Amino acid sequence: MGKKILIVDDEPNIVVSLEFLMRQKGYEVKVATNGEDALQAVGEFAPDLILLDVMMPRLSGYDVCQKVRENPSWAGIRIIMLSAKGRDVEVNKGLAVGADAYVTKPFATKDLIEQVAQMLGA
Amino acid sequence: MTGKSRFALALAIAWGFVLLALAGTALLVGVDLDAAERDQAVAILRDRAAHVVVAALLLLAPLYLVLRVLFRRYVSAPRRLAEDARVMLTANPAHRAALSGSDETRRLAAAFNAFAAAHAKLTEDVEARVREANARIEAERNRLAALMSELAQSVVVCNSDGRILLYNARAMQLLRKPIAGDATAAKAHALIGLGRSIFAVFDRNLIIHALENIRDRMAREAHGPVASFVTTAPAGQLVRVQIAPVLGTDADAAQGAPEGSTGFVMLLDNITRRIETGSRRDSLLQTLTQGTRASLASVRAAVETIASFPDMDNAARGRFIGIIGEEATKMSAGLDRAASEFADSLRTEWPLEDIRGADLITAARRRIEGRLGLPTKVEDVAESVWMKVDSYSLMQGITYIVSRLKEEFGIREVRFGLGVEGQLAHLDLIWTGAPLGTETTMAWQTDSLELGGEASPLTLKQIMERHNAEIWYQIHKPSQREYFRIAMPLTRPEESSASAVTTAESRPEFYDFDLFHQPGQTPEQDSRPLATLSYTVFDTETTGLQPSAGDEIVSVGAVRIVNGRLLEHEVFEQLVDPKRAMTPEAGRITGIDAAMLENQPTIDRVLPAFKQFCEDTVLVAHNAAFDMRFLRLKEPSTGVRFTQPVLDTLLLSAVIHPDLESHSLEAIAERMGVSPIGRHTALGDAIMTGEVFLRMIPLLAEQGIRTLGEARAASQATYFARIEY
Repeated sequence: MGKKILIVDDEPNIVVSLEFLMRQKGYEVKVATNGEDALQAVGEFAPDLILLDVMMPRLSGYDVCQKVRENPSWAGIRIIMLSAKGRDVEVNKGLAVGADAYVTKPFATKDLIEQVAQMLGA
Repeated sequence: MTGKSRFALALAIAWGFVLLALAGTALLVGVDLDAAERDQAVAILRDRAAHVVVAALLLLAPLYLVLRVLFRRYVSAPRRLAEDARVMLTANPAHRAALSGSDETRRLAAAFNAFAAAHAKLTEDVEARVREANARIEAERNRLAALMSELAQSVVVCNSDGRILLYNARAMQLLRKPIAGDATAAKAHALIGLGRSIFAVFDRNLIIHALENIRDRMAREAHGPVASFVTTAPAGQLVRVQIAPVLGTDADAAQGAPEGSTGFVMLLDNITRRIETGSRRDSLLQTLTQGTRASLASVRAAVETIASFPDMDNAARGRFIGIIGEEATKMSAGLDRAASEFADSLRTEWPLEDIRGADLITAARRRIEGRLGLPTKVEDVAESVWMKVDSYSLMQGITYIVSRLKEEFGIREVRFGLGVEGQLAHLDLIWTGAPLGTETTMAWQTDSLELGGEASPLTLKQIMERHNAEIWYQIHKPSQREYFRIAMPLTRPEESSASAVTTAESRPEFYDFDLFHQPGQTPEQDSRPLATLSYTVFDTETTGLQPSAGDEIVSVGAVRIVNGRLLEHEVFEQLVDPKRAMTPEAGRITGIDAAMLENQPTIDRVLPAFKQFCEDTVLVAHNAAFDMRFLRLKEPSTGVRFTQPVLDTLLLSAVIHPDLESHSLEAIAERMGVSPIGRHTALGDAIMTGEVFLRMIPLLAEQGIRTLGEARAASQATYFARIEY
C-alpha cells in the first residue's frame, strides 16, 4: 500500500524482528537507532507511522515524540510507543506527550501488526 | 510552776527567812539579857504586839519590791527568752527575742537572735535550691514527656517487678486487645496502664530471658547491653521488642535492687507490615526467577537444537518453534502478572511521607511567594488527593522550575492545579507567556538544581525517580497555556498516621516515677494506707433494679486511681448486650436504647476483659452491694470471679457524716465540691465516684481510718450495711 514506517530503537535484536515483520506486510521500512537520527529520518523519510522505543540514550522516546508533535507539518504521523517501561506514570506520560498508542514490551507481534494496520488503514 | 507562784513562794520564803532572822536576833539578844531585862523586853513587846505584827507585815513590802526586781532580771527575763527561743524554733522563725533583763540575759538573747537569723538564712537557701532542683526536674520531665509522646516507636518503662511506670500514646495504641469475637472491633481495650503488669501483655519468660541475657552482657562488660526479640502482640501484630536495663544509682542498690538495675525500658516496633512486604517481595523474586528459569530453559534448549540440526525436517522444526513461542508467551504472561500483583513491593523504599495534595500546593505556594517573590494562584485542585512524597526534594524541584521560568522567561505568575486520572495524581505548574522549546525542558530535567546560589546534587529526573513519578511539559497553543505536569501514583493515607492523635494536655498523664519504689503487691493489703493503694472505680448500668429477678448489665465503666491520682486516660468503657429488654425507667435514666446495644458483645466476653483491667487493684463503687451482686450472679455463666477487696463510697460517706440524710452520689458529690459530669453513663458515674473517693481519704484519716482494713471494718459497722440485696 505504500505506507512508510520508521522504526526507532537502539536494541538490534528487536529491530530485526520488527523490520522483517513490517516488510513482510508490505510497508516501506526505515530504521533509526537513536533520537537525533530519528528526527532527521522523519524529515527526510516522511513516514506515516513511527514505532518508537522510549529508553534511548540522550534523546528519549518522549523527547522525540514531543518534538515531532511540535511540528505542525508532521501532525498526521501516527506514533506507537514501544517500551519495557510499563508503569502507569510512564504510560500516562507517553500518551500525554502525543503518542497514539503505548505498547509495553514484551508484546504479541500479531497484536502489533493489527494495531499498525488499523492506524494506517483508517 | 508558773512565774507568779514561784514569785509568791520566793516571797514567802524570803519573808520567812527575814522573820526567822529577826526572831533569831531577838533570841540572841534575849539570851544575853538577865531575867529582869528579859521580862522588861517581853512586856514591851507584849504591849506593842500589834506594832510588831504590823511591822512584820510591812516588811513584806520592801521584800516584795526587792524580790520583784531580782525576779524580773534573773528569772522572768530568762523565762521569756526561753519562750521566745521556743517560738523562734517552732512557730515563727522570723520572731526575735526582746533584749531585757540582766546583761547576761541580754547577751544570751542577742546570741539567740543571731542563731535564729543564721538558721532562717540557711532554710531559705535550702528552699531555693530545692525549688531550683524541682524546676529542673520539671523541665526534664516535660522534655521526656514530649519526647515520649512524639516518638514514632512505642516505649514502655517498667520497674524490676514488671510494673509499668511510663509509656507513650503509641504503646497504648499498639498494645490493645479487642474483646474476643466483637464484631465492632473498633473498641479494643488497652492492656497497659500505670502500675499494671507488663507480663499480662508479653510472655514473662521471654522478658526474663532477655533480661538475663542483658545481665550476662553487663557482667562481662560487653558493649551495648540491649536484648531484642520478636513476638506477637495480643492483637496479633508482629512486634520487635528491644529491651535495655535502667541502671540504678548506688542508693537504689543499697535498697536492694538486684544487679544494679531498677527496671527496664522496652522499645516496640510494629514490624507486621514490613515483614509482610518483605516476604511478598521475596516471594515475587522467587516466582520470577524460578518461573523464568524454567521457560528460558525450554526456549534455549529448543533454539540450540534448531541451530545444531539445520537439516531437521519441517515437522520437527515446527514443534521446536512452537515450544519457543509457547514459552515466550508464558514468560510474558508471568511478568505481567507479577508486575501488577506486586506493584507496591517493587517500589523503592525511600522514606516518603503521606501528604494531601492540597497541602503540598499550599506549602509550595508559600515557598515560592516567600523565596522568589512571585505571585501564585490556584486553579482546580481536587480534594482528598493523597500522595507519598519526600516533601523537601519535591519542593526544591518545584521551586527550581519556577525560578528558572522567572529568570529565563520572565513569567509574572504561576498557577497550580491538581487532578486525578485513574490511579495517578496530576500536579500542574501552569503559566502563560513565552513558549518553551522542548530542548529547554529536556535540558532542565537533567541539570543539577541550583537555587539562589545553593547547589544541590539532585536533578529533576532523580527527584521524579525518587517519587516513582514522571514530569513533562505541555502546551496548549491556542490559549498559550503551558504547564509542567507531574504524574505521581495516588496513595491511601495510612490509618495510624491520621488517627491516634493525643492532644498536648494529655501528655503529663503518662508517668509516675514514684512507682519505682513501690513495694510489690502482697496479701498484706489490709495494713496498707488507703492513700498508697491502686483502685479501680467502677459503675454498671443495668436493665432494671432487680439483680435476682433477671435484670442484666448493659454497660460497664471504670477508671483507675494510682498513687492518689485519677488517671483519666486509663478507662474501661463497654456497652453490653443484655439479651433482654430494658425497663422504660432504666432506659430513661441511662439514655441507652435497644439499638445501641444491638451489636455489643455479651457479658461473658466483657467480664474477662474487665477483670483484666482491674487486676491487682481494690474495687470501689457507689452502693457497691448492688453492682457486686450483679457481678456475683454472673460467676457461674462467665466463670469470672472478682476476688479483690471492695470499698463502697455510700458506706464510707455514712462513716464520715453519720448524721446526714442523703448519701446519694449527687448529694455526696455536691457536698465535696465534685462537679457532676456525664451523669448516668457508667464511665461518667465511675469518674465521679472516683473523685468523691479521693476526697474521702483525708476525711477518713481525720477519723483515724487510714488503712484498707480499717476502712472496711468501719463500712461494715454502719447502718446501711444491714441492708442486703
